[in-house]
Amino acid sequence: MSVLLSRWQFGVTITYHFLFVPLTIGLALLVAVMQVLAYRKDAAWERLSRFFGTLFLINFAMGIVTGIVQEFQFGMNWSNYSVFVGNIFGAPLAMEGLLAFFLESTFVGLWIFGRNRLPPLVHTLSICIVSLGTMVSAFFILTANSWMQHPVGYRVAGHRALLTDFWAVLGNSTLWAEFAHTVLAAFVTGAFFVLGVSAWQILRGRQPEAFSRAARLAAGFGLVCTFLTIVTGDIQARLMDTQQPMKMAAAEAVYQTRKGASFSLLTIGNLSGQPVFQIRVPHLLSLIATLSWNGQVTGITQAGQAEAARHGGSPASYVPVLWVTYWSFRLMVGLGLLMLVVSAWALWRSRRGSPRAFGVTRRTLWVLAVFTAAPFLANTFGWLFTEMGRQPWIVYGLLKTAQAGSPAVSETDVAVTFGGFVLLYTVLGIIELGLMARAIGRGLGPDEGADLGGPPSGTQEAEQKAAQDLVY
Amino acid sequence: MNGPVASLNTAWFALIGVLWTGYLVLEGFDFGVGMLSLAIGRDDIDRRLCRSAIGPVWDGNEVWLIVAAGATFAAFPLWYATMFSGFYLALFVVLAALIVRGVSFEYRGKRDSPRWRAGWDRALAAGSLVPAFAWGLVFVDLVHGLPLSASGRYAGTFTDLFPAVAVVGGLASLAMFLAHGATFLSLKTAGPLAGRARRVAMWLSPPAGALVVGTAFWLAAAGSGSAGRLPGLVPLILAVACGAAFVASGALAAIGRDGVAFGLSALGIVAAVAAIFTALFPRVMASSGPGAALTIFSAASAHETLLIMTIVAAIFVPLVLAYQGWSYWVFRQRLVRPVTQPGPSPAPGSPSPAPASDPRRR
Repeated sequence: MSVLLSRWQFGVTITYHFLFVPLTIGLALLVAVMQVLAYRKDAAWERLSRFFGTLFLINFAMGIVTGIVQEFQFGMNWSNYSVFVGNIFGAPLAMEGLLAFFLESTFVGLWIFGRNRLPPLVHTLSICIVSLGTMVSAFFILTANSWMQHPVGYRVAGHRALLTDFWAVLGNSTLWAEFAHTVLAAFVTGAFFVLGVSAWQILRGRQPEAFSRAARLAAGFGLVCTFLTIVTGDIQARLMDTQQPMKMAAAEAVYQTRKGASFSLLTIGNLSGQPVFQIRVPHLLSLIATLSWNGQVTGITQAGQAEAARHGGSPASYVPVLWVTYWSFRLMVGLGLLMLVVSAWALWRSRRGSPRAFGVTRRTLWVLAVFTAAPFLANTFGWLFTEMGRQPWIVYGLLKTAQAGSPAVSETDVAVTFGGFVLLYTVLGIIELGLMARAIGRGLGPDEGADLGGPPSGTQEAEQKAAQDLVY
Repeated sequence: MNGPVASLNTAWFALIGVLWTGYLVLEGFDFGVGMLSLAIGRDDIDRRLCRSAIGPVWDGNEVWLIVAAGATFAAFPLWYATMFSGFYLALFVVLAALIVRGVSFEYRGKRDSPRWRAGWDRALAAGSLVPAFAWGLVFVDLVHGLPLSASGRYAGTFTDLFPAVAVVGGLASLAMFLAHGATFLSLKTAGPLAGRARRVAMWLSPPAGALVVGTAFWLAAAGSGSAGRLPGLVPLILAVACGAAFVASGALAAIGRDGVAFGLSALGIVAAVAAIFTALFPRVMASSGPGAALTIFSAASAHETLLIMTIVAAIFVPLVLAYQGWSYWVFRQRLVRPVTQPGPSPAPGSPSPAPASDPRRR
């Protein structure tokens, strides 16, 4: 069996894919907002929406092509899993394509090529529909994922999970918490991207007036969304405590069930009880997990024993890789809190600036530019935590990852494709970063305020111009 | 092969056939145009025209594949699992091709360097050629039969995916997509490029049709078509219809009836996919191994899933067709070479060589 290599391949390809996805969701919304602001012939927003639109498209292309790999991989590397979950997992996956991908791809085409042939209102609506499509897509793929975290609305018959109640699958409490948290985190990603890129442009003296407006929009939006991401993450933590107690225990590496459990900010040394050095905040873990000062938090030992009693095997076999869950959880939460501070700081420092000058120091601008990376890291740590914290289960309580692979696929096969994907993704990643850097380096395009949305007037000249606009 | 023919299983088998038809008709011409841009595009502007002909729509066309795969996952999990793990390395090559091809659209215009653009032109052509061949191979394999185990899983090796008849089937789909792309280009462009596309359609359509008919008779002679529930004559008739459509399409392309020629090459692909699905029915994968063939009953999801999916599909497939059709209507215009010489006044303020940073021009 080739499960371990398949896990590595899935982990690497999905992590890579999910660098592009949140930026697509966040940037689609922000570009749509900019274009709506530009609708009343505001030349600065118009140029900003084009500039960030270009970056959006460079990113969008990679999101699509790496997404197809993910859909195919379920059948290719995880065929036992696919047979087991197909009745339930396949449905939202198909709906994602039918309801979201068609919408996104068709209207992104209309948006790119339709600038001079659609009425301005329809053109602006196109990018709004793209933004809507990205969120619908997130909803359905998270429907599928949340069912793996917390299966509902099913019965198991002969090695297959069958659907009994589709509304229960759509009403899964885990889904709504996960959806809110993930989409808000994607908005944060878009906001910090716009904020960081704008800060960089101001530092380089490229159209600082226009980019100050973008920075102000992004800082305010980023602050609100970061705050809400933390709130929804907190709701998720409490759901996790009841639904997947092992994951909560593994997040803190707390071995014994205790009341009023403290939370360690960091640990030096091993996690299994004898740390060399730790900074602990009393009662915080109980507050996170149960919202009460002395709430009871299940320990790894007890959670393992409970799972072993229910499903057989040794309690130790139900423990995920602790250093991964412990550190990924901390880094996600820590980065989230830092982003909250940074966006609040930026907004506070810029309060005396005019709309045309962001009014923060160069040092703050540098911090903002560097923080472009923060949401990408936090997103990655979050998913690493939630997926690896579920192990050894692929579907919690129903199917173990070790049983989920493809019998027909050999280790050599997976090694070939894994190597191929790594090579291809590395090359494309370098190209992608290079193109992003070039597009950013160019700054805003020429002021085409007069050209804004000029609808084809029906004359032959305008028609010909519109036809030529189609040519790359 | 148990279960009534008039069931949700049959409906979903048909719907998946429709989704694959949509995919192969639409992305079929994308593949053809992608290959032809290198073959008949004489200069950079020609190749840009080729890309622009499919630029606004290729992404939406590719979603048909994603939905076809997702629908197979939902409605026939065992089919999805066995097919995708069985064709493991072949699908990896297809994925790599689709990735390279997909990013080539976005990346080509982003740097002003002839070498850069030439590289992405080759990437588009190669990334179109691989899947154009592979889908024909895959579908002929499904009908011809793959070694399946008793539990309905693939039990063969990579080389078992390449029986001679499947290779011919791959060549048939490659030729069909080239001809289909040529009729699309002759419809969407004007001038010498369109003329060259018409000649390609004229010369390539008849052999494409012949390859399809040849593959169908080969499969029938190998006994693969007769194991289904429908008479073996049905797929043969459809294959002949496909051949006839392509011959007619080539002839009409030659006399400049671009619209009808394109309609006929599209119909030809519809007939070819219909031939595959009728030859399969009620199987979804024929077996040449110890295990039984997978059928629309043995591979299917339970009733609840099929019912939910039917309702969703009934609402959203027409909606998708409506707005995708509208986007084709928006971009219905023929593409012409941009006026490069300071000739009869270009529209005031229209910049002739597009700045590469402009998102709408890419």
